Amino acid sequence: MELWYTDEHTSDVRFSMKAIEQIASKKSAVQQIDILDTPAYGRVLVLDGGLMMTEKDEFIYHEMLAHVPMAVHPRVKNVLVIGGGDGGTVRELTRYRSIESIDLVEVDKDVVLLAKKYLPFVSHKLKDRRVKVCFEEGLRFVRGKKAEYDLIIVDSSDPYGPAEGLFTREFYGTCFKALREDGILINQHESPFYAAHQKSVRDAHRHIAQEFPVSTVYQAHIPSYPSGHWLFGFASKKYHPIGNLDEARWNKLRINTKYYNTALHRGAFALPSYVLDILKEEENFPCR
Amino acid sequence: MTKSRSVGLFEALRQRQKVTPLADALDKQRINRLAHFDVPAHKSGRGNPELTEYLGARALAMDVNSMKPLDNLGHPVSVIKEAQELCAEAFGADDAFFMVNGTTSAVQAMIMSTTTNGDEIILPRNVHRSAINALVVCGAIPVYINPGQDKRLGIPLGMSVADVKKTIAEHPNAKAILVNNPTYYGICSNLAEIVNVAHAAGMRVLVDEAHGTHFYFHEELPVSAMAAGADMAAASIHKTGGSLMQSSVLLTRKPVNPDYVRQVVTLTQSTSASYLLLSSLDISRRNLFFRGRDMYQKTMDFADYAREEINELGGYYAFGPELVNGDTVYAFDRTKLSVHTRDIGLAGIEVYDHLRDDYGIQIEFGDIGNLLAIISCGDRMMDVERLISALEETKRLHEKSPIGLFDHEYIDPVVMLPPQEAFYAKKRRVPMKESVGFVAGEFVMSYPPGIPIVAPGEKITPDILDHILFAKEKGCFMTGTEDMNLDYIQVVV
Repeated sequence: MELWYTDEHTSDVRFSMKAIEQIASKKSAVQQIDILDTPAYGRVLVLDGGLMMTEKDEFIYHEMLAHVPMAVHPRVKNVLVIGGGDGGTVRELTRYRSIESIDLVEVDKDVVLLAKKYLPFVSHKLKDRRVKVCFEEGLRFVRGKKAEYDLIIVDSSDPYGPAEGLFTREFYGTCFKALREDGILINQHESPFYAAHQKSVRDAHRHIAQEFPVSTVYQAHIPSYPSGHWLFGFASKKYHPIGNLDEARWNKLRINTKYYNTALHRGAFALPSYVLDILKEEENFPCR
Repeated sequence: MTKSRSVGLFEALRQRQKVTPLADALDKQRINRLAHFDVPAHKSGRGNPELTEYLGARALAMDVNSMKPLDNLGHPVSVIKEAQELCAEAFGADDAFFMVNGTTSAVQAMIMSTTTNGDEIILPRNVHRSAINALVVCGAIPVYINPGQDKRLGIPLGMSVADVKKTIAEHPNAKAILVNNPTYYGICSNLAEIVNVAHAAGMRVLVDEAHGTHFYFHEELPVSAMAAGADMAAASIHKTGGSLMQSSVLLTRKPVNPDYVRQVVTLTQSTSASYLLLSSLDISRRNLFFRGRDMYQKTMDFADYAREEINELGGYYAFGPELVNGDTVYAFDRTKLSVHTRDIGLAGIEVYDHLRDDYGIQIEFGDIGNLLAIISCGDRMMDVERLISALEETKRLHEKSPIGLFDHEYIDPVVMLPPQEAFYAKKRRVPMKESVGFVAGEFVMSYPPGIPIVAPGEKITPDILDHILFAKEKGCFMTGTEDMNLDYIQVVV
C-alpha cells in the first residue's frame, strides 16, 4: 500500500506527494494539524488539509519574508511576526544582531508545540532570548498597539480559515497604527495564478494600498505552493523597496542565505505584466 | 411534588421534545417518490433545473404543497398540530401557531384577535410598523404611551409601570396593551408587573417579542412573555432562534381562545405555506430545547467580550446592563450589541456605512446615534475581533467633533385621526419640505428598525420634519411613502 498526501490547489487541480508516514495528527482548538514525512519534500506541515510548509522549500518562503525588508529598513529594532508559529520567519530574523525584540503572535498554541517537537529545523530559534511568543488572535494583539514596531511580518496561512482576519482592511489599518513612522509591513500575499488565490491577491492589495503610501508586491518561486508562483506584499510608510535598498550594508552583514541575495531582491520586484495589471486595477478601485 | 416525580416529569418532557413530527413527515415524503400531479410545478426541481442547481436538489424536493400526510397550516390536525404542540410546550405556552408571513403577521394576529373597529389599544409609540399596519387594517384606535428616552443615547426605553397605570385609568375601556419586549436595542419593561396591572383592568397583554426568542432558553436572560403571564406573544424564531427568514411563531395562553386566533391568522396567512419554513421551525424548536442554553451562553459571552473591548477603544459606548434602572429599563438583553457612536462625531448610520463599504462587515442597522450588531452562536471569535478592529479603525480615520449632530428627542405624536381613517381618507401629495402642519396619510420610517417617525393620522410637526430630513441626509434607508424618493408625502385633505 502506498500513502499519498494530496493538497487541493483548486477544486480542479491537485498536487500530490508520496508520504512515508504520518508523524503527528492533532485537532487543536483552531484547526487540524498534521505533520508528514515525505521522500521528496522531507517533513511537511499541513493545516486543515492544506500544505503549509515543507522542509525542502521552506527556506525560500522564510528568507523572502525576512531579508527583503531587513535590506531596506536601516534600523530595525522591534519586530512583530503574526502567524508563523512554526518559527521559520523568526529563525531568519534572529540572524540580525541589531534586532532587539521579536514578538511572535500565533493563534494556535499547538502549532508551536508540535513545531518545537517535530520541526526543529524551523523552530529551533524560538528559544532565542529576544523572542516572546504570545498565543492570541493577531487582530486582537495589534489592536491596542501604537507606533511600537519597525517591522511587522504577516506569516499567515490562506485566508479561508483561522487566518481570514489577517487579510482584512481593518487588520492592515491596525498594523499601520502599530508601526513607527518609518515602519514596514510584509505579508504573505498568495498567488496571482489561479482565480481563487488571485481574488485574495486583489483584496489584500486593495486593502493595503488604501492604508499605506508605499505598497507593492514581490515574488518568489516556491515549488510546493499552488502554481509555484508566490507573492509577498511590501508596504511601508516611508521606504521604497528598491530606492532604499542598501546593498552594501546588507552584504557587509555576511548572512549566509540559500535563496535571497541583493541582486535577486531587485529582480523580485520586476513583475509579470498580468500581475502589474492586477495591482493597477485594485489601486484604481473606486473607494468611498 | 416529590423530587423524583419532578425529575420523572422532566425526563418525560425531554423524551417528547426529541422528535420533530413535521420535519420527519416531510423527509418521508421526499423519499417516497410520489408521482406528483399537484402544485408546485417545479415538481421536486425537475421542472426548473436552474433553480435546482442554485438552491440545491434537497431544498427543492422539500418544497411541496400541503397534502394528507403533511397536514394543513390553516386547519392543522396531524403533524403540524403535533409540531405546534411541542413548540408551545418548549416555550411554556398553551398554544403555538407557526407563522410563515413573518413576525409581522404574528403581531397583526395578536392585535386583530383582541380588538375590532373602534376599540382602543394601548401601545408605546416605538412599535414596529407591523403593529400600526394592523390598526390600519382592523380600525382599532391607538392610545400611545411615551416610552421613556435615554437622554444620552437617544434611544426609546421601555414603558414605565406608572405610565401604564395612568393610561389604563384614563382609558379603562381599552381592550389590550401591546408591549415591545425587548426593544431592538435590548431594553425590557417590567413585563410581569404590566401583566398584573393590565389583567386587573381586564385587558389582554400582547407582547411583540420579535427580538426575544432566546429569553425562553436561558435563565440569565430577561423574563419571557409567557413566563411573565402575558396572553399572547409574537416571537421571531428566525431572528435569534435559528429558523429560516420569515418563519415565526405566535404563542398564546389561556384564556385566549386558540380557535378564534387561528381563524384570525387564516384571514391573511398564505394558504400555500412553505414547508421549508415550517420544517425549519420544527427543527429549530428541538434545537432550542436541547441546545438553546449553550447557544445563548456562547452568544452572551461573545457580546460581553465585544462590549468590554469596544468600551476599551474609547469614544464608543457599547451599553449594557448598567442601564437597568428598575423601571423604564427593567432588564437588559445581554445578547444585543448596541453601540452609541455620537461621541466620535459620527451618526450610527455613518459607522454602519463605513463598516459595510470599507471593511466588508454587515451589521443589523445604524440609526442616528447608535448601531446594532446581532451576535449569535453562529459567530466566530475571529469575526467578533474583526468588528471590534473595524470600529477602532473607523474611529481612527473618521472621528469628528460631535457638535452639530442631530440630538433627537422622543417626539410625542399628535394623533389627529385613527390610522385606518387617515390611511383611507382622501389624500393629496405635498412636497416633504412643505408638509409641516398637515396630517400624514402614510408612514415614514427608516428601515431597519422600521419604527415609524410619523404614522397615518399624525400631525407633521417641525421636529418630525427635521428628523426625517436629517435621517435622509445621513443615508438612512427611508421607506413608507408612495414616493420612492421621499420628496413628497401624502397628507389628509
